[in-house]
Amino acid sequence: MTFELADRVQTVPPSGIRRFFEIAEERDDVISLGVGEPDFATPWAARDAAIASLEQGKTSYTANRGKRELREAIADYVADRFELGYDPDEEIIVTAGASEAVDLAFRAFVDPGDTVAIAQPSYISYEPGVIFAGGEVLSVPTKQEDDFRLTVDALEDAGADEADMLVLCYPNNPTGAIMTKADLEPIADFAREHDLMVLSDEIYAELTYDGNEHTSIASLEGMRERTIVFNGFSKAHAMTGLRLGYALGPAEAIGAMNKIHQYTMLSAPTTAQHAALEALESCENDVREMVNQYDRRRQFVLSRFREIGMDVFEAKGAFYCFPEVPEGFTAEEFAEGVLREEGVAVVPGDVFGEGGEGHLRISYATGLDDLRQALARIEAFVDEHA
Amino acid sequence: MSEREVLELLRENARYSTDDIARMTGLDEQEVEAAIEELEATGVVRGYQAVVDWDKLEDERVRAEVELNVHLDRETGYGDIAERLARFPQVTALRLVSGDYDFDMEVEGDSIREVSQFISEKVAPVPEITQTVTHYVMTSYKENGIELGDGEDDERLSFSP
Repeated sequence: MTFELADRVQTVPPSGIRRFFEIAEERDDVISLGVGEPDFATPWAARDAAIASLEQGKTSYTANRGKRELREAIADYVADRFELGYDPDEEIIVTAGASEAVDLAFRAFVDPGDTVAIAQPSYISYEPGVIFAGGEVLSVPTKQEDDFRLTVDALEDAGADEADMLVLCYPNNPTGAIMTKADLEPIADFAREHDLMVLSDEIYAELTYDGNEHTSIASLEGMRERTIVFNGFSKAHAMTGLRLGYALGPAEAIGAMNKIHQYTMLSAPTTAQHAALEALESCENDVREMVNQYDRRRQFVLSRFREIGMDVFEAKGAFYCFPEVPEGFTAEEFAEGVLREEGVAVVPGDVFGEGGEGHLRISYATGLDDLRQALARIEAFVDEHA
Repeated sequence: MSEREVLELLRENARYSTDDIARMTGLDEQEVEAAIEELEATGVVRGYQAVVDWDKLEDERVRAEVELNVHLDRETGYGDIAERLARFPQVTALRLVSGDYDFDMEVEGDSIREVSQFISEKVAPVPEITQTVTHYVMTSYKENGIELGDGEDDERLSFSP
């Protein structure tokens, strides 16, 4: 038989990165700057706690919303780090990665025909998530001249005042842009004025540099009641494979998300919850040390791109920078060329939506030796072709 | 403050080039060089050495941890004894420690015989030394913060979102 795919599945094009996978397979000396996850292993204390929980046979389901102890630890953590106050009983849900939480939110709050404005370039899952939920995507491109921050002008130009929901991801994947409190204030005003619900993906919140501390838009006046915050352990605690994230929001909203979660996921992975609890309780120094390492690599990579002569804005968050490709190339051509000829994997910016064209996402979640080597190869490619 | 940053990087990898340290810290090369000179001149940085996994070499290398107990008198302090012991090239580390014994001494040589002879002929006869307990190193798992295992391959996909 042939399967009749659902329209909303057919509508979503295959991932733009797939083709590059195949090219990368052809060489055995590829250095990848295309990786969206830490190169560090999960801090040992967290792994050890996970192992101990397995030894003790703690392998059953947890409460739908996650272990109460973990929710309490999350509440304390976000209060301490980001001035966010959420009740562990009603306003926090632990999910299988922040990705699940984002999907739950789209399904809980987007009706067919609703418009979801997405600040782009951004993480590639939001757009399909909206479409799977039956909503319409409105791209709000950000610009290099604004350091890839979202501005009210950009929202107005895109017609986001008519939208029902706004999706933000700062610190940003793929650009490395951050939004300071001053940058967020006008966006918050805009959301209140036009009655937009805000989904704020803050998975990279711990990874900010140059003395910048992350501000959550939910901490701004009048925003808590219209915002869902997503965070998790994948990036800051290097726990991607353990699949553990969470969402914070008003009781009614988290309740709605939990309704879907309890029928689809039941509860987030139990072993990972034990690791996460330990991560919050004792791994602060590990996080600081990883941030320190990322910061050095960030400065190294930015200086190398400037030396090579590629325009790159000063990324201050996550573990990405977003240089412009030299004239005469599209991002895709450059990415393909540098992979085929030099064996360096980078992701063309177009993959991340409007505003990403002409740029490359460079992940510096890779050891310095590889970064040095990869940048030398990119330099050779640019010298040869540009 | 820049010295602190440079020191941290040198401790991580003393072979980082001045250029790379400059790139990573945002300092310029002259500043990095000046910081290194200052660290060396003030004696904060005493040297640079390779971290070696002796098991990977053909030649035998014998290392021992030696516990030393000493008896002090009015004329002789810990410093005097330490100075005398530290002059032997066989001694690679020497620390005064708290606990059941006084000095923790690391010794290296080409054979067990050589190390044993050194302890029995040069160390034990020192008048202030009342007891030596020698522990030969059998296997080393971590040296100077570096794990000596085979390491783990990067299992990450070459592209992920």
